[in-house]
Amino acid sequence: MSWFSLHAPAFILGIPAAAAALLALMPGYRVTARINVAASGLTLLAALALLGERPAPGHFLLVDDLNVVFVLLNAFVGFTTSWFSASYIGHELETGRLTPLYLRFYHAMYQVMMFGMNLALLANNIGLMWVAIELATLTTVMMVGIYRTHEALEAAWKYFILGSVGIALALFGTIIVYVVAQVAIGPGLDAMAWTNLVQYGGRFDPALLNLAFVFLLLGYGTKVGLAPVHAWLPDAHAEGPTPISAVLSGLLLNVALHAVLRFKMVMSTNAGVLAPGPMMITMGLVSLIFAAFMLYRRRDIKRMFAYSSIEHMGIITFAFGMGGPLANFAGLLHMTMHSLTKSAIFFAVGHVAQIKGTQRIAEIKGLTVTHPVLGWGLVLGVVAIAGLPPLGIFMSEFLLVSSTFARDPLLAIPLVFGILVAFGALLLRLNSIAFGEPVGSTARSDASYVPMFAHLALVLAAGLYLPAPLVEWFENVAKVLG
Amino acid sequence: MGKIEFDIAHLVAGGLVLVSLLLLYQDRMFALLRFFAGHAVVLSLAVAWQALIQDKPELYITAAIALAFKGVVIPLALYRIVVRLGIHRELEPVVGVGLTMLAGIGLIGLALVVILPLTSAADPYAREDLAFALSVVLLGLLMMITRRNAVSQVVGFMSIENGLILAATGAKGMPLVVEISVAFSILIAFIVIGIFLFRIRERFDTVDVGALDSARAEGERRR
Repeated sequence: MSWFSLHAPAFILGIPAAAAALLALMPGYRVTARINVAASGLTLLAALALLGERPAPGHFLLVDDLNVVFVLLNAFVGFTTSWFSASYIGHELETGRLTPLYLRFYHAMYQVMMFGMNLALLANNIGLMWVAIELATLTTVMMVGIYRTHEALEAAWKYFILGSVGIALALFGTIIVYVVAQVAIGPGLDAMAWTNLVQYGGRFDPALLNLAFVFLLLGYGTKVGLAPVHAWLPDAHAEGPTPISAVLSGLLLNVALHAVLRFKMVMSTNAGVLAPGPMMITMGLVSLIFAAFMLYRRRDIKRMFAYSSIEHMGIITFAFGMGGPLANFAGLLHMTMHSLTKSAIFFAVGHVAQIKGTQRIAEIKGLTVTHPVLGWGLVLGVVAIAGLPPLGIFMSEFLLVSSTFARDPLLAIPLVFGILVAFGALLLRLNSIAFGEPVGSTARSDASYVPMFAHLALVLAAGLYLPAPLVEWFENVAKVLG
Repeated sequence: MGKIEFDIAHLVAGGLVLVSLLLLYQDRMFALLRFFAGHAVVLSLAVAWQALIQDKPELYITAAIALAFKGVVIPLALYRIVVRLGIHRELEPVVGVGLTMLAGIGLIGLALVVILPLTSAADPYAREDLAFALSVVLLGLLMMITRRNAVSQVVGFMSIENGLILAATGAKGMPLVVEISVAFSILIAFIVIGIFLFRIRERFDTVDVGALDSARAEGERRR
């Protein structure tokens, strides 16, 4: 077991890479969908092994308290989404939205994307992390455009252009960090390793480090979906296949956030720099309030939940910007709960859109009457994302709001305001979608509801009771984050 | 390293900024592609010079990639796409040329003002190089904003990447991992764009991004 634990990173990266190569060569969607699920499941097992012994950090890979949370979440949602995708994608083939060739491409790309995200999380090198995030971006761009409709191409192009510009800015920030670090650490790979950057951060030139952080926050912030650089996000979520919307919201945004957090950790070791917190707080609050108001005017159901993702990424960025053990804990919990809930919602929405043949909110009504299981699943998901007790997001929002009130009551006012505005919008829409006179097709769905309810059960369980080891683990991470 | 080595390095880096400015006001597709090829050639000179003065032979690979891939292969491929799609008409900038140039000069000033005072404590050599690189990046961004045409947006994006490579090679001893991967990701990026252009043509017979914007009136943008 300990040998397996020590080599787990190799498996976490190797399995998706090998599966991608295999899936690219194999015809037949039933088999490839199953291989996709199996590979994601094996990756999850390898990720679980990280909970045991940890390998020592090397030049390229690193396992520590912080990224284990992200990797586990990534592997888990990646696995459930591949399961959902297997039950979702057959329908797309029947309706002719995807051809078998594109489906083969889709499965291979799914694994390449998982590889990219895991590599970004495990990298102990700021350059390697950048490359991995770029890889994950490019694969998702191709997946967003896979339907090749007018709107899908427009969304993919927009995502590609904005994402690339964001990533270019992030690279510039990365280069500046290296320039600063090599003065203190000496040239070479050592000056790019997270472990060294955090250790020697106090000796870096503060002015340049400030400049670098601005570029990094804007660059990776684009990928996190923070306003005002969020424009790609709603289109990409609405026009791509729903499993991709689920992983975009549930995982890719987190991966970019992880990058911002790592750089924030480097910043916080240096006494001479601007505090990164207020910048993150501002961007978080702007995203939260902007997205909360935008929720009211959405006509497309996937677009609406995409704006809800911007809102929640805003809350999470705000929490990490506040810093301190309590706010960091709340941010971490909120991020986990948001990933689980939002992907569960997208699973439900995916089946709804397939049954009704539309994503327009006006044409989806009375879901709990015609499709009780699916309808109530969606209701539970929306109730959770809106932050009602006793679900997990209520817990994290409550923690965040109360700790903000204790430390800085003025900041708590816009935070609560944004959360309430978004709450109103979500319940308003939920009312028309889930209840009332049914509209549209009442066809049965042969979809698998297991992934959706698995996520919701976890969210409910976390809201009712957080196990002590989990709390202790998150508290450790919160301490590391500073 | 003597003073003359620095001067030559700065001369070439400054040349890259100059070509970026030239790219900014090209109003014909073919001229734009020629100037982009020139941009890549100047970049490869800058990288090769860095390889010489830093005594890092592996940087020659980066220089060769810049020269062969971005100086020859990509411009030729874009040229073919332009000919095939019959879009070698004049480019329509969103903002007038005069205003764009003024904005460009302003951005170069901004880059100098931001970087030069900041880096006084750090490696003095990296300072000017970073300032030039930031100028190229900002000019590339400006180009992407002021052109709606997909091909010129791609050229703008690649000129940003050139600026980033200039910055990366100027940073003393930055491991090669990054440079190769940068070059490699440009390759991937280009494949993506190639697929996109192909698909866009398949659907719309135009690569004018404006025509893709469904929020706007349909007939208005198509020529």
